[in-house]
Amino acid sequence: MMEKYSLFVPRLVTTEENFAPGHRACIGCGEALAVRHVCKVLGKNVIIVNATGCIEIFSSLFPQTSWQVPWIHTLFENVSAVVSGVESAYKARIRKGKIKDRGVKFVGFGGDGATADIGLQPLSGAMERGHDFLYCCFDNEAYMNTGIQRSSSTPYGAWTTTAPAGKQSIGQITWKKNLPEIAVAHKIPYVATACPSYPFDLMDKVKRGMEMEGPAYIHILSVCPTGWRSSPNQTIEIGRLAVETGVFPLYEVINGEYRLSFDFPKLKPVKEYMKYQRRFGHLTDDVIGRIQARVEEEYLKLREKAGVK
Amino acid sequence: MKKGKIVGLEGSFAIAEAVRMVNADVISAYPITPQTHIVERLAEMIADGELDAEFICVESEHSAMSACVGASAAGARVFTCSAGQGLELMHEVLYIPSSMRLPVVAVAANRALSGPLSVWCDHSDVMALRDIGWIQMFAENNQQAFDLTICAFRIAEDKEVLFPAMVHIDGFYLSHVIEDMVLPDDEVVADFIPEYEYPFALDPERPVSMGCYGPPFIYSEAKKAQEVAFESTKPKILETWEEFGDTFGRYYAPVESYKMEDASIALLTMGSIGETAMLAVDEMREEGKGVGLIRLRLWRPFPFTELREAVKDVELLVVLDRALSSGMGGPVCSEVKSALYDKREDMRIVGFIGGLGGRDITIEGFKYMVNRALEYPEIEEEFEIIGVRE
Amino acid sequence: MSAKQKGWKDLELGCVVTEPGSASSTKTGEWRSERPVRDNTKCIKCGICYIYCPEACINEDEEGYFEADLYYCKGCGICAHECPSSAITMIEEEEE
Repeated sequence: MMEKYSLFVPRLVTTEENFAPGHRACIGCGEALAVRHVCKVLGKNVIIVNATGCIEIFSSLFPQTSWQVPWIHTLFENVSAVVSGVESAYKARIRKGKIKDRGVKFVGFGGDGATADIGLQPLSGAMERGHDFLYCCFDNEAYMNTGIQRSSSTPYGAWTTTAPAGKQSIGQITWKKNLPEIAVAHKIPYVATACPSYPFDLMDKVKRGMEMEGPAYIHILSVCPTGWRSSPNQTIEIGRLAVETGVFPLYEVINGEYRLSFDFPKLKPVKEYMKYQRRFGHLTDDVIGRIQARVEEEYLKLREKAGVK
Repeated sequence: MKKGKIVGLEGSFAIAEAVRMVNADVISAYPITPQTHIVERLAEMIADGELDAEFICVESEHSAMSACVGASAAGARVFTCSAGQGLELMHEVLYIPSSMRLPVVAVAANRALSGPLSVWCDHSDVMALRDIGWIQMFAENNQQAFDLTICAFRIAEDKEVLFPAMVHIDGFYLSHVIEDMVLPDDEVVADFIPEYEYPFALDPERPVSMGCYGPPFIYSEAKKAQEVAFESTKPKILETWEEFGDTFGRYYAPVESYKMEDASIALLTMGSIGETAMLAVDEMREEGKGVGLIRLRLWRPFPFTELREAVKDVELLVVLDRALSSGMGGPVCSEVKSALYDKREDMRIVGFIGGLGGRDITIEGFKYMVNRALEYPEIEEEFEIIGVRE
Repeated sequence: MSAKQKGWKDLELGCVVTEPGSASSTKTGEWRSERPVRDNTKCIKCGICYIYCPEACINEDEEGYFEADLYYCKGCGICAHECPSSAITMIEEEEE
């Protein structure tokens, strides 16, 4: 199922690419595609602060850059603090008449490790302080850049190099940390989930997040063929199945109000999603059943929050 | 020359005055004893409209320095301050402004490191920062804390410098003590600190990429370029101090000497303890000992030339460290030794460690060090920790 | 001058990169083992391949067809997999 505006795509989106081709992402990288979509909406009047990780590495091999807009990378865990500094600098300098107010937007990019683990504290701080910025978490569910180590965003049952499946283990034995809900708990004006398999939905959300005054958080599921042990040509399909099975529901929370972007009264079985990914290949029906039950339970809660009967 | 008015000010407040007078745009800091009075005073100034700046009350020192990096990269004049554990937590970030050439200015209210937990002064935190690539200087009293903070902005933002700068003040000894000092008029400071434009500020009208990653084919070149640039900041530091002296009437030098003209024995100190050391020198002079005092004002870039010149007639150099490099001794002493190695084979250098975690060093302490050093080479230990109960 | 020949004096302040999008000179097409081939009789010019290309290397030509730029195309096959009219097939690259 493609979204309704599927035909004649370029007429609906700008053909401008603010994230230049020639980047060194793996073949079939869902994250590179997500960055491309996000950057199309961000346009030129933006400053991007990037965490260490896949995106930074595949886009900035010195002395070249894939970025067409001002971009800064410093460390792994401090994106939200750096973007706080950039935003505050503009605020102060505009107020003091040192520069003109040209409506520049401030955006932070981080992977799931940089967001859910090592950079959670600075993110929480920046959201709490209410800086006017958009944070995009590109979630590929493990530390892919360093070689597929587990993060707190890795799903239950997945194989990773530091939570491998073995005789005594199913792989990841903890449930995926719910970052969007942590963002919601900060009472920020805008939180959303997105996936590049649904490009127009993703781009709409980036636009809304960017226009919102105050912190906005978008959590983007980014299929990783390398780490998920999937075929590169199935990146879009896997993302779509993540949504259709309820594993990764797409929704928005605008000023505390939940809205499901796509609702599935009957979810596809999670097995449909997992069968294309060898990271789940070792799982028994018993474990898959446990995951199925959890997904349904969580999806039901989400539907309730969104007021869907 | 307009010298300003004499006021009694706490060291922390003196620094806050300096930050106000240079009209900083962004302050990002996390509270830690004994730095708190600086940030409290700055917050008060902003609340009262005396200073127009964004104060980012970050959630950690790591974020404090990260926000400074972001703000500086966006072209703002930025300030932060910290101490002890806080400097350790921001340690990772401290290498960023120096390698990216961002003129962040910071004050460190020097404090011991845990454990056991100690909020009191020593130089353990400073010594962990030796390699961060910042210009670093030591203040000895509140006047200097103020003066050097002003100078730090001017030096860091100089187009031929563009490196971060840190002023070290001894926690409590300066941060919490009220002293008489001269506070210049705002306009004089404003004239001394020109407006500045960072050449590659993050700006959509001129997009740049900062912090691209450096594979082995370029990392060494990047470090060489940084080091050559860092070493060449020295003339600018001297020039700025000279001009500061001409404007405000107080002159600073990388290595400052006291009664060194005919001294055969020299004490070497950094920070507030220099004032006690001067009194000790006076007393020892009265006792007939040819003792003088050398104080390192500039810590990075290390003042090799000035140090060698200062000790050229010295036979015995006694170095006091307020920090301990475990298994090694005093870090300042070992640096001084390496700076003078093969230059002065006829000079003995003896290191002592004292004043750890807020322990006072008295005039008697300095006399003890000199007397013990005179017994050298009978001293078997590589170094001695003084003033410790058995 | 290639990047690998740059000396330390050639570096900008703080190693800043001043040419936006300069990575687009990188020929990522060299990674490819398969290439997309389009059957114009099946193509409905919908542009789905365009929007799903992680390389941003598929562009609309004058006739309205969407063509992959093989200078960048890494051969992931997403375009072929997602094409609603099965107009794109992946064929193996051969040594020329």
